[in-house]
Amino acid sequence: MSTAAISGRKKSFLSGLPVISHVNKSVGLQRGMLITGLVLTGLFLLSTVLAPFIAPYGYSQLSDASGSFPTQEAPSNKHLLGTTVGGYDVLSRVLWGSQTAVTVIVVAVAMSIFLGVALGLLSGYFGGWLDRVLVVIADAIYAFPSLLLAIVMSIVISRGQSSFWGGILACAFSITVVFVPQYFRVIRAETIRLKAEPFVESAMVLGASSLRIITRHIFKNATRTLPLMFTLNASEAILTLAGLGFLGFGIEPSSAAEWGFDLNKAMADASSGIWWTGVFPGIAIVLTVLGLTLVGESINDLNDPRLRGRKRAGGKASRSKAAAGSDGKNTGATTAPEPEAGKA
Amino acid sequence: MTTLIEVPDVEPDAVAPKSKSAGGGLGRYIVIRFFLIIPTIFILVTLVFFLMRVIGDPITAAQGGRLPPDVLAQRIHDAGYDRPIILQYFEYLGQLVTGNFGTTITDRRPVVEMLSTFGAATLELSINALIVALAVGIPLGMIAAQRRDKATDAFLRCFAILCYATPVFFSGLLLKLTFSVWLGWLPVAGRVSTRTELAMGQLAAPTGIYWLDALRSGNFNALGDVVSHAVLPAVALGLLTAGVFLRLVRTNVIGTLGKDYVEAGRSRGVSEFRLVTKHAYKPALIPIITVMGLQIALLLGGAVLTETTFEWKGLGYQLVQYLNARDFVAVQGIVVLLAVIVASTNFVVDVVAALIDPRVRY
Repeated sequence: MSTAAISGRKKSFLSGLPVISHVNKSVGLQRGMLITGLVLTGLFLLSTVLAPFIAPYGYSQLSDASGSFPTQEAPSNKHLLGTTVGGYDVLSRVLWGSQTAVTVIVVAVAMSIFLGVALGLLSGYFGGWLDRVLVVIADAIYAFPSLLLAIVMSIVISRGQSSFWGGILACAFSITVVFVPQYFRVIRAETIRLKAEPFVESAMVLGASSLRIITRHIFKNATRTLPLMFTLNASEAILTLAGLGFLGFGIEPSSAAEWGFDLNKAMADASSGIWWTGVFPGIAIVLTVLGLTLVGESINDLNDPRLRGRKRAGGKASRSKAAAGSDGKNTGATTAPEPEAGKA
Repeated sequence: MTTLIEVPDVEPDAVAPKSKSAGGGLGRYIVIRFFLIIPTIFILVTLVFFLMRVIGDPITAAQGGRLPPDVLAQRIHDAGYDRPIILQYFEYLGQLVTGNFGTTITDRRPVVEMLSTFGAATLELSINALIVALAVGIPLGMIAAQRRDKATDAFLRCFAILCYATPVFFSGLLLKLTFSVWLGWLPVAGRVSTRTELAMGQLAAPTGIYWLDALRSGNFNALGDVVSHAVLPAVALGLLTAGVFLRLVRTNVIGTLGKDYVEAGRSRGVSEFRLVTKHAYKPALIPIITVMGLQIALLLGGAVLTETTFEWKGLGYQLVQYLNARDFVAVQGIVVLLAVIVASTNFVVDVVAALIDPRVRY
């Protein structure tokens, strides 16, 4: 990524931006992982934007000027990655699939953040019975296998709808239900901590309204970890979407390209040795999730000062790593600080 | 995110004031923890009940287009689905408490019987997968911790992330293509071949867990058949969890490797191998056990996908069938059972953690 090139300059505006500053902080293996992740994520986003231009055919196109597409045709000049059992072009569906994935992720994560943050702030600030009820509900949902919950939700929401937005929204809502408890827990814990801070107490003494305290004083401080959680959850959202599609509770192939659905259709092909219908959408899922996970984890590691301490204690730091460590940067990091971020 | 679970250290100030007899404290903790299972199950049951009823009554949902309207109305009335929903809800709760899960709408089987039949298959798959996950994840995690920041470690960490990033159905597809279609070593799908299934059916009091049944019958052909069917699903589902275990073991062993007593052991000449496998690994076990409990949810979610991939006729496979048939009585039954499994696993894990580490009891 071009961002690495400006690592020499200090305190310029660019190097203050989140991802760029992380690239600058990172060293060695850590930097390799971060940059690999950024490249993969970049490719994913690029194919989202460029799908209409670079995809050879439409995602639901079954024929062109020279007649209908053959079914289950091996990769050839006309169909670079072959065609599916339904006669769709595999390459086109893989490229268009990224659009579906991005749309669902953005809608799902935006809704979960909105709901999770709002409930977390209220619950943490006011406490009382509302807090207890919400915590018990969130814990119950959190403990349950998220995919199963998403399946049940998608059946309830979609009721067999198959339009593009109908399918997208059904998937997004289903994923939202799974994610809200995670955001809720993180924000609630932060709010409770912040509520005891002197600056909140002084605002109370000055007579600020609860609304003002929540929105001005607590909100900004409690939501610092959100961009990170967004990255971590985006990869989970893709897996959930693909799982829904694979089980047949996703979006119809005529209204959008969806990798999980294509893999579902490819299962039967596999038994007869037809590999191209399943392998390419599968690789698309793996690379996308891999990219997002690498970015999320690298940033997570670089943000966590606890790992820095542990790194020094390890005592085996090489010269460059030791230098980075003394700069207040962390290198060989491994873990996530929030157990809340940690569930499938 | 699956791969990122880390259990926070127990804060010293979270330790409850010690009661004089440690046993009493533990007993009290277990009882309180046990009663916390109930709200979890209750909430999930309630949630699923009302979600399912949003769509309509179960009979219309399952057989709406196929029956004439007057017959449909009659059947809805007979089943009591035309009464106020609150009434139905409390009746349903009452039935659950007495262990009556109802009868499935599509194939008219008692739900309890359906659950025990398919539950055995899912249990078998989960055990197999857990064995694979532990056998792969724990040793590799120790190696990664010992070779920290070396090439081996980097490779193993990438492997762990890749395990997480690959959906079960895609790894299943790749395994199928490689080992069933191209190499022809293992069967493509299913739990057993038809012949073995028939032989199993003649067994008195079958457990439903096929390799156990095959072992008991002493039929080694059958056992071989069962094992060859079990390998691919177990590996596909096991690898997903193995990545989590690998990271978990690595992180926690690295944490304990930095402790003074490990350094003391090293100065006494304890071998590096022994330091990792004995001195550092055992204290690292507590968080590992806790997170393993949480993995049951991941495992069950993955089981749905694995079962569909390999046509393994367990709860997950059946859940998808029933959902497609809109048989909500059966779906509710499965969801309740899964909720009970998840809640009780978490209970057992908490108790085990409390037994190992007294600081957990607060």
